[in-house]
Amino acid sequence: MDPLSRRRFLQISAATVGASAAAGGVAQLVGQIAGEASPATGVRTVPTFCDICFWKCSAIAYVRDGKLWKIEGNPEDPLSRGRLCPRGTGGVGAHYDTDRLKAPLLRTKSRGEDAWAQVTWDEALSYVADRMQRIKQQYGPEAVALFSHGLGGNFLKHTLKAYGSPNIAAPSFAQCRGPREVGFSLTFGEEVGSPERTDIRHSQCLVLIGSHLGENMHNTQVQEFGEAIANGASIIVVDPRFSVAAGKAKYYLPIRPGTDIALLLAWMNVIVSEGLYDKEYVAQYGFGFEAFAAEISPFTPEWAFPETGLEPALIRDSAREMAKHKPATLVHPGRHVTWYGDDSQRSRAIALLNALMGSWGRKGGFYTPASMDVPAYPYPPYPKSEKGKVDNPGGKYPYALETVATGIREATLTGQPYPIKGWMTYATNLMMALPNEAETIKAVQQLDLMVVVDVIPGEMAGWADVVLPESVYLERYDDLNVEVFREPFVALRQPVVPSPHDQKANWWIARELATKLGLESFYPWKTIEEYLDYRLSAAGLSLAQLKQTGIVKGAPQPIYFADGVPAEFPTASGKIEFYSTELRDKGFDPVPKYRKPADPPPGYFRLLFGRAPVHSFGRTQTNPILHEMMSENEVWVNADIAARLGLADDVRVRLRNQDGAVSGRVKVKVTERIRPDSVYMVHGFGHSAVRLKRAFGKGASDSQLITRYETDPLMGGTGMNVNFVTIEAEV
Amino acid sequence: MARFGMAIDTRTCVGCMDCVVACKTENQVPEGFNRDWIAYEAVGKFPTIHMEIRSERCNHCDNPPCVTCCPTGASHVEELGQIVLVTPNACIGCKACLASCPYDARFVHPDGYADKCTFCDHRVREGKDPACVSVCPTHCFTFGDLDDPNSEISRTLVSRSAHPLLAAAGTKPRIFYLD
Amino acid sequence: MPELDMTRANEMVDPYLHVWGWEIPVYLFLGGWVAGMMIITGYFLLGGRHTRRSPLLSALPGVGLVLLSLGMLALFLDLEHKRYVWRLYTTFEWTSPMSWGSWILLIVYPVLILTWLVRPPVLLEDLSQTVERLSLALQARRPVARALGITSMVVGIALGIYTGVLLSSLGARPLWNSGALGVLFLASGMSAAAAFAHLVTPALDERALMVRIDNVVLAAELGILALFLMGLLAGSAPHIDAATLFLGGPYTAPFWVLVVGLGIVTPLVIQILAARHVIQHTPIAPIMVMAGGLALRWVIVSAGQFSHWAHGALRIHQP
Ligand SMILES: Nc1nc2c(c(=O)[nH]1)N[C@H]1C(S)=C(S)[C@@H](COP(=O)(O)OP(=O)(O)OC[C@H]3O[C@@H](n4cnc5c(=O)[nH]c(N)nc54)[C@H](O)[C@@H]3O)O[C@H]1N2
Ligand SMILES: Nc1nc2c(c(=O)[nH]1)N[C@H]1C(S)=C(S)[C@@H](COP(=O)(O)OP(=O)(O)OC[C@H]3O[C@@H](n4cnc5c(=O)[nH]c(N)nc54)[C@H](O)[C@@H]3O)O[C@H]1N2
Ligand code: SF4
Ligand code: SF4
Ligand code: SF4
Ligand code: SF4
Ligand code: SF4
Ligand SMILES: [Mo]
Repeated sequence: MDPLSRRRFLQISAATVGASAAAGGVAQLVGQIAGEASPATGVRTVPTFCDICFWKCSAIAYVRDGKLWKIEGNPEDPLSRGRLCPRGTGGVGAHYDTDRLKAPLLRTKSRGEDAWAQVTWDEALSYVADRMQRIKQQYGPEAVALFSHGLGGNFLKHTLKAYGSPNIAAPSFAQCRGPREVGFSLTFGEEVGSPERTDIRHSQCLVLIGSHLGENMHNTQVQEFGEAIANGASIIVVDPRFSVAAGKAKYYLPIRPGTDIALLLAWMNVIVSEGLYDKEYVAQYGFGFEAFAAEISPFTPEWAFPETGLEPALIRDSAREMAKHKPATLVHPGRHVTWYGDDSQRSRAIALLNALMGSWGRKGGFYTPASMDVPAYPYPPYPKSEKGKVDNPGGKYPYALETVATGIREATLTGQPYPIKGWMTYATNLMMALPNEAETIKAVQQLDLMVVVDVIPGEMAGWADVVLPESVYLERYDDLNVEVFREPFVALRQPVVPSPHDQKANWWIARELATKLGLESFYPWKTIEEYLDYRLSAAGLSLAQLKQTGIVKGAPQPIYFADGVPAEFPTASGKIEFYSTELRDKGFDPVPKYRKPADPPPGYFRLLFGRAPVHSFGRTQTNPILHEMMSENEVWVNADIAARLGLADDVRVRLRNQDGAVSGRVKVKVTERIRPDSVYMVHGFGHSAVRLKRAFGKGASDSQLITRYETDPLMGGTGMNVNFVTIEAEV
Repeated sequence: MARFGMAIDTRTCVGCMDCVVACKTENQVPEGFNRDWIAYEAVGKFPTIHMEIRSERCNHCDNPPCVTCCPTGASHVEELGQIVLVTPNACIGCKACLASCPYDARFVHPDGYADKCTFCDHRVREGKDPACVSVCPTHCFTFGDLDDPNSEISRTLVSRSAHPLLAAAGTKPRIFYLD
Repeated sequence: MPELDMTRANEMVDPYLHVWGWEIPVYLFLGGWVAGMMIITGYFLLGGRHTRRSPLLSALPGVGLVLLSLGMLALFLDLEHKRYVWRLYTTFEWTSPMSWGSWILLIVYPVLILTWLVRPPVLLEDLSQTVERLSLALQARRPVARALGITSMVVGIALGIYTGVLLSSLGARPLWNSGALGVLFLASGMSAAAAFAHLVTPALDERALMVRIDNVVLAAELGILALFLMGLLAGSAPHIDAATLFLGGPYTAPFWVLVVGLGIVTPLVIQILAARHVIQHTPIAPIMVMAGGLALRWVIVSAGQFSHWAHGALRIHQP
């Protein structure tokens, strides 16, 4: 050993003493650096996949001297390509979170009061099973609804279906992607899906309408965004706020909120009137183009100017820029698109613009994803419910492709079409996720049973009768992730470290509950390993193999029309529907129409919200690492407005909305990066659950200010960007 | 002799802080302290704004005042890539090096010694990239030997325009921000 | 002005550097003060004052020993990694003023002790025979006394300048980037020492001499301060920013009122009048001078940490 490295060895061992003694903080939480001079000592790696959001990146967790150390991306994984997003990298904090639920809790006082008794799993699950049986006898099994977000909930869903309820929903449809899937299916006959089938990596012109990639950290999307920038793609960003993405844009369109359809019509007007669209593609695959062209002919950039506040020249130039790069021009469909209630039609307009670019099925546009054939576990058939789902009576939302979460809430409130008496939530905080918290609370008060399965005592848990603590993703097996993506693959989530307390995995909870409900027959397998190995073997793989590699990729498939994907469009006409007779017949606009949004009343600002790169919704604020990165949110106020209102940076204010709802104290961020008519907040802060010690009362909650929402007539989505607030200086 | 430096692309950096989180977990940086951090700099008036986002850390300067001012030699230039390092058990915690750094890149570790970015020398010795470099989702970083004309970083700095920070302070920083 | 958001929030570093509180200013002040005393002591020895009774010669080196020890205590208190303090003396880092300083301090002690022995307080002589014999021996040997005098002056000047160079060598803080700082602190130390001297000495001739020296040095200090500011204003943008900390910036009041007004000008006027026998000699003036010396170190140290190379007021704002 040469003297220098020996010297280094000495100083590292000193640093080690340091780290181990380090006062509090991550150093203490995440255990200690052991003899870094030979990092091999005591380091164990376990492949798994991330669950800090629903992107499911495959990762490799490092355990050092028995303690969870760090987590990195799995290089084999097409989603993460060896790099996690900041939330995933900070995921180890979920295991060390001191605010975690530790054991099952049973409410001892009335709902909403913070009074609990710690009970055994047997007591807790017996209580739940007993209540569920009573509800079943009185109202039928449909009267119990499950709200479950993410893959983790699969087994609980299975138990509920076995029990006989079809009412299973997630806020990821009517509060998130729903309108996009409707708009695109109505146009191309297929959904965009998640992970989005967007070929950002190869696009030469990327149009982002709201989608704030870089703050929205869906890993692959952001990685490919970076690639596109590096490849010199022209970026066009439409956003009332100068987002991070706007900072990368060749054209930034500071649009008046809620007027995107006007912009989209004007763009299409330019592209059609100047004959800049992909004529062959449209001729070959299009249906009703002439009628469509006629419909949009009046909507010139000059017409759009007063609506959108965007210079006609800017609209024209950006339209021509798109056309220049077609078909590798990707108008991003967005993801959280429930903005104003006209969202399915806006999404359809986006789909149509893509159709004009000929980007669907083309490189740099939308590819056709593939997946591996991993058979489902052969369960006995579920009991058939004669009542049907409760969320969409009489199909009043003809395009509710998935269960409408807010529809279940409505039914619970009205008892129509039939009563809902039990709620169970898994990995979803409805208080933060659904608009108008008051309605949710009122609905909960109608219930005979409210069960929350969570990892931390959040707002929803506060209203539960029974709180069931789940192990975090690093401590449990889950169902397989059979991904539908550019490259097909199957991935395994497996325990990296044991749960610190009496937390259990969803599969165990679901199975135990089923047993107590007398539904053992629906759980032929005894252990999760047995279940997983069965499915994997059926696919010619094995659990042992997946435990080693974490992921197995399938044979690459063609993903573009050009390399053999059949250009099929399962729409009514079997073609790309520029004009939708189907919509016309159901009394909707066959071609999207623009409707003026309400302007903020004098003295009010439109409340906009979005993501911060280091947090997932309201679920990571107690993660010690991510909390340290960003401990509270701020309200963005335009610099001129701030000057007028006499607001300085970092002063604390409260926001009051049009209905008198008042936010928590929140810091002002005085900035040039937002329109004067809007304010902006990152979603997920301002927690009101006292047991979230690290997060309680930090920042403000956009959810508390979203008392109003516009319902999408096509699919029941809840447009939430329709609230206005005033700024009240703290005194 | 190798001379490690970084080229960081401000075009692809989205300011996601992944590099900061990765440093935290890799190096057990104590709570309340950062070896690297993000600067978001916006100039102009809405909607005409220019924004530069930078991932910043110790610049491992060629002319490091933090080393020359150190009374004990705890702050030193390591042979490996001329990385600027601190030897904790030689450091008296006088803080002269903190005061000497124009970038405020250093801090006092809760245990009392001066601490800062090490260019993850423990990883580099194993032939790995630094943690922040290898985690960046948009591949902003090029880490390598500035003295080797064929290294990726040298080639990048030839092919693209770049600026260091506070060049006027005269410390000859070895981190360059690609425009 | 750019909108700059920074996610860094390091203790003692953000939003602006504040690594040094009261300890370092006290250390620098006491160091400078002792330096002044050594110069005076040396001057007396050169002038052969030790052959007569000299209250100052018997007092200053002793007081110096005490003050220096207090100064080093302050420095020690400021260290964050105290159990490694011995590391200072396992190496000499020639580029590091701090290293220079710690070694100079080691030389200062013997010099103070020796110079003290030339004319020790009667009390000490009574206490020990050896002390008396030693001092008689030294007094008898003129060249030895002269040599001691020169050493005392040289080491004193080195010590005084070091207290300023310690800061001016830290190029990262534009306010400190000035050669004037060493001279300024030397002068300030000198004036504090002279002030102390004429405050305590019972001998009228010594007092008169010290007041004269003090006034000259105080006047000089004003000049050096002017040069210091002009130098900064002639520099680059960050240096001009730094100067404006005293010219309208946050440190304007403490600088002009405490340092210049009460610390230099007022006592200077009083002492000139006193020297001209217009007014009575008053202990207030020398006390103001010494307090001013401390204020100077404090203002320079904290304002210096506030000054920064990143030009223009930054809006640092942590998410
Ligand atoms: N870090 C992080 N990343 C995430 C998530 C997370 O929680 N954290 N969540 C993931 C999930 S599930 C989703 S659905 C996505 C959501 O991410 P996105 O789909 O990008 O969400 P949006 O709400 O569409 O984007 C918010 C942006 O829309 C802008 N905006 C608001 N109103 C308007 C308008 O009227 N017109 C236009 N053009 N823009 C407007 C806002 O200024 C803001 O910049 O993020 C995903 N990625
Ligand atoms: N106001 C407002 N509302 C919104 C949005 C918005 O931006 N603003 N975004 C909308 C969008 S795009 C979406 S996708 C939805 C998302 O809405 P949700 O999916 O409800 O997201 P969260 O509110 O973060 O709730 C996640 C819950 O899961 C818990 N959890 C985390 N990990 C685990 C685990 O491993 N096991 C279990 N059992 N629980 C876990 C968390 O503690 C938290 O309580 O919200 C929608 N609603
Ligand atoms: S995107 Fe980030 S948080 Fe989501 S799964 Fe991937 S790494 Fe985890
Ligand atoms: S990880 Fe990369 S993109 Fe994210 S902030 Fe750091 S440098 Fe920028
Ligand atoms: S950045 Fe600061 S700490 Fe790092 S080498 Fe340069 S001067 Fe020293
Ligand atoms: S704090 Fe430590 S490393 Fe820094 S100068 Fe002082 S002794 Fe050297
Ligand atoms: S190189 Fe290593 S120590 Fe330096 S910032 Fe990156 S991760 Fe942290
Ligand atoms: Mo979402």
